Amino acid sequence: MNTAAASNGHPKISLKGVTKHFGPKQVLRGIDLEVQRGQSLVIIGGSGTGKSVMLKCILGLLQPDGGSIHIDGQDVTHLKGRDREEVMARMGMLFQGGALFDSLKVWENVAFGLIQGKGMPREKARDIAMAKLAQVGLSADVGELSPAELSGGMQKRVGLARAIATDPEIIFFDEPTTGLDPIMADVINDLIVKCVKELGATTMSITHDMASARKIADRVAMIYEGRIIWHGMAGDVDHSGNDHVDQFINGRAEGPIRMQVRKL
Amino acid sequence: MRWNFLALIGSVILQFFGAVGRLAMFTGKGLLHCVTPPFYPRILLRQMLQIGYYSLPVIGLTAFFTGAVLALQIYIGGARFNAESLVSSIVVLGITRELGPVIGGLMVAGRVSAAMAAEIGTMRVTEQIDALTTLSTNPVKYLVAPRLIAGATMLPLLVLVADVIGVFGGFVVGTEKLGFNVGIYLQNTIDFLHMDDVISGLVKASIFGFLISLMGCYHGFMSRGGAQGVGRATTNAVVSASIMILTANYIITELFFAQ
Repeated sequence: MNTAAASNGHPKISLKGVTKHFGPKQVLRGIDLEVQRGQSLVIIGGSGTGKSVMLKCILGLLQPDGGSIHIDGQDVTHLKGRDREEVMARMGMLFQGGALFDSLKVWENVAFGLIQGKGMPREKARDIAMAKLAQVGLSADVGELSPAELSGGMQKRVGLARAIATDPEIIFFDEPTTGLDPIMADVINDLIVKCVKELGATTMSITHDMASARKIADRVAMIYEGRIIWHGMAGDVDHSGNDHVDQFINGRAEGPIRMQVRKL
Repeated sequence: MRWNFLALIGSVILQFFGAVGRLAMFTGKGLLHCVTPPFYPRILLRQMLQIGYYSLPVIGLTAFFTGAVLALQIYIGGARFNAESLVSSIVVLGITRELGPVIGGLMVAGRVSAAMAAEIGTMRVTEQIDALTTLSTNPVKYLVAPRLIAGATMLPLLVLVADVIGVFGGFVVGTEKLGFNVGIYLQNTIDFLHMDDVISGLVKASIFGFLISLMGCYHGFMSRGGAQGVGRATTNAVVSASIMILTANYIITELFFAQ
C-alpha cells in the first residue's frame, strides 16, 4: 500500500501543523513543511529552536502532540509496532555524535540494519558493509576495529556508511559536520552529496553550519521559535528578504533574533 | 504557605505513582518481548556469560566467608551443648534457605545492575538507543529481554554454587578451627540438607536475578542528562535492586515458604 501511494505524486515527506511541548515549554508551534522526492532539504536554525525535536517526530522517536506527518502520502503520525518498523526500514539516520554501538565492531555497526532489521546472513551483510565502508573512503581493516578506536571524522563516516547500508529512500542528517575541522567537514559534505546522488534518496538535514548547508542543500528552510519562518531554494538564501535568515546566515549577534543569555 | 505544603505533598504523590506506572509498563513490555520473536541468542549468551560466569569469583569468595563466619558465630553463641550437630545444621539451613540467595543476590546486584545501568544509560545519552530504533530494532527487545532472561536463569546457578561453597566454608572452619570430626560434621550436614530448602532458595534466586536485571535496565533506559545522569542511574539501580531483593525475600518467604 505504501508503494501504491508513493506513485501518486505525494510529497515524500509532509508535515502539517506539527506541535510538540515538553512540560510548559512549547518547542514546536505548528510546523508545515514538504519535501519532494529526491530533494535535499536543509533546515537551519539556532540551538534550541526545535530542529532535532522535529526530526525525531518524523522518525517516530517522539510523538507529536498535534498535527500530522505523512510519508509517501501515508499518515505515519501514530504508527506503532510492526507498521512503524516497516516505515523505519525505508529511512536511514546519521546521528550528531555518530551513535555507533561501542560493543560491536565497525563492520557490525554498518551491517546492523541488514542483519537485525532485514535478517540477512552475517557473511553476506559483512560484504555489503565492507563495500559501504569503501564508499565512504574507509579500508577493510577499519571494519575490524571497535568504534572507540576511531577519530571523530572516521566515526562520522562509519555513521554515514551505516545510514546508507540498507539503501534507504529517506536519509536524515543531524548536524553532520558539527565537531569536525573545516577540511573534514567538507569531506563529509562531499560524501553526503555523492552517496545521496548514488542512492537517489530524499534527504533532510539539520545544521547551523552554513558552509555545509550551501553544499548539500537543494532547498533551505529556516526554523525559529518552533515555526518555519522561511522556505526557498538554496540559491535564494542570500537574498531571502527575511531579516531573521539574513542575521542567521551572516552570523550577526545584532538583529531580530535575540539569544537567550540569561540563566533559565 | 499552607497551600505550598499541600502542593508539595500532591506533587510527591503524583511523582510516586508516575514512577510506579512507568516501572510497571516497562516490566510488562520487557516480559512481552522475552516471549515474542525475534530473539537474539548471541546477546543472550553474552549476557549469561557476563552475569553468570564473571560473577563466580565474587560469589565464591563471599559465600565461603559467609559460611565460615556463620560456623564461627554459631559455635561462639551456642556451643554449650551439641555444638557439632548445631553448627553443621545451622550452616546448611542458613546458607541454602537465606544467605545463599540473599547475599548472592546482593553481590550480583552490585556488580551487574550497576554495569547494566551504566551501559544502557550511556547508550541512551549518546543516542545509541534511538539509533537502534532507526535500524528497525526494538531497543527493549534487543537490550532488555536478553538481560531479563539471563538474570532470571543465571542467578539460580550462581546460588547453587554459593550454597556448595558456603557449606564448604562452614565445614572448613568447623573441622580445621573448631576441631569437629569430619565424618560426623558431614553426616549432620547431609541429614539437615533438604531438597525443599535448596529449591526455595533457587526460586528466590531466579526472582532476584530478574529484579537485578530489571532495575539495571530500567534506570539505564530512563537516564537523562549526560555523565551525571548515568552516574545517578547507576546508583539508583544498585540501591533499588538491593532494596527490592530484601523486600521480595521477605514477601516470598512469608507467602510460600513459611509453613
